Amino acid sequence: MAKITYVEHNGTEHVIDVKPGLSVMEGAVKNNIPGIDADCGGACACATCHVYVDPEWLAKTGTRSAMEESMLDFADGVEENSRLSCQIKVTDELDGLVVTMPESQH
Amino acid sequence: MSNPAAHVVILGAGHAGGTAAALLRQYGHEGPITLVGEEPIPPYQRPPLSKAWLKGEADADSLALKPLEFYAENGIDFRPGVKAAQLRRGDKTVVLSDGQTLSYDILILATGARAIALPIPGADLAGVMALRTAADAEQLKAAVGPGKRLAVVGGGYIGLEVAASGRALGAEVTVLERETRLLARVACEQLSTFFRDYHEKHGVTFELGCSVTGFEGKDGRVTGVTLADGRTIACDAAVVGVGAAPNDEIAKDAGLECARGVVVDLDARTSDPDIFAIGDVAHRPMPIYDRMFRMESVPNALEQAKQAASAITGRPRPPGECPWQWSDQYDLKLQIAGYAFDVDEIVVRGDPAAAKFAVFHLKGNQVQAVEAINAPPEFMMGKQLILNRKPVDKTKLADPTVSMKEVAA
Repeated sequence: MAKITYVEHNGTEHVIDVKPGLSVMEGAVKNNIPGIDADCGGACACATCHVYVDPEWLAKTGTRSAMEESMLDFADGVEENSRLSCQIKVTDELDGLVVTMPESQH
Repeated sequence: MSNPAAHVVILGAGHAGGTAAALLRQYGHEGPITLVGEEPIPPYQRPPLSKAWLKGEADADSLALKPLEFYAENGIDFRPGVKAAQLRRGDKTVVLSDGQTLSYDILILATGARAIALPIPGADLAGVMALRTAADAEQLKAAVGPGKRLAVVGGGYIGLEVAASGRALGAEVTVLERETRLLARVACEQLSTFFRDYHEKHGVTFELGCSVTGFEGKDGRVTGVTLADGRTIACDAAVVGVGAAPNDEIAKDAGLECARGVVVDLDARTSDPDIFAIGDVAHRPMPIYDRMFRMESVPNALEQAKQAASAITGRPRPPGECPWQWSDQYDLKLQIAGYAFDVDEIVVRGDPAAAKFAVFHLKGNQVQAVEAINAPPEFMMGKQLILNRKPVDKTKLADPTVSMKEVAA
């Protein structure tokens, strides 16, 4: 299991154990954590699962694919450490990961 | 005026119903919520059924919108395997198929749509299936594999996604389509041609403009599809994807206004102030296009669930969204924004030969819809242009060297 901390825009923290193999998005949605909408269910088609990855962890989450890059380009408030959370696969390596959600996904 | 203690009954535990239940709790509704579904499993995503699920890349857990425990943990009484038999608006009750009667303060109709069955001989043979539910998908998955012959009746999204997944699994696939082109109801000719070529390159056989007259079988199992021209297409299994009909009968019988779907406003409210209708069953206003329409898409189910949950909990109506949908076939990502109503011109941007392009549908200088293949910027910017009605310079739009951000500036 990987312990992931999801931080809402207002600072509220949720610490969840997420099964490796799920995406960071699925960890949030399955546990009803507000702040990640994931309208397309993880198909990289909607950009409503946008998160900011804690800079210490960014490299461990891997790199953005061309599709993710294009989709992110049109999301709001995108930064260097922005990722679409449906594209980050959870592994044991990500135990301790911290991500923050934007104010709104729409 | 919202009543936080109201008992909300949701008929239908699909994407819209499941989302509405979760949103009601998220928005702070405290009263009881009962979620009634005819399938034996909790709400789940249907899109992967023709894609990742078929290819063995997803399982029941990954499809579920929320884990089963979520419902009990959040005071949502989830009743699987039960249908609504009758709606009695007079005393605000619903009679269920198991004989029980539920009282409601507020009712949400989320009964969805059912796959249309072809009224032809042999349609009930084993191996002839629709693709709507997880149970259908299980059956289909078992029937598809290397060397198996799959007949797909219907060249719409379902048919083409099944064809793509079937090919990925090594099956031989023939798609039988009534119209002279694929995706006839939902996409333009350029796109139909593009998809046909792409599928053919991947080994799919097409019979366009053909009429299916029946299914042949042996020992109760399908062996072929018969056509009006006398030929029989041999197959080991057949998927029928020829459209869906709204399950609005219960609403019609109860005297709610229906028009091939339950008529609602932008709060997803029906002609009865205590009843809402959301998702595939609803016939709703589309302010962008100044008309009423019934949309069959996940984004619509989500938007209407938000509308109903907001209205019920006294939140402001959510801002209008641009309708959209997507389809994944092979390595193609098709993203469609809007509907091509009232259009008078088409602008193609990018290179179809490189499988990276977008078709914009314009009414004068306004983008009404865009169909994007592996072209997220065109899709994302297209959604904004459709929603904010900003006129575009068609020359810039057609020129891929001008970025979409510049086009929309």
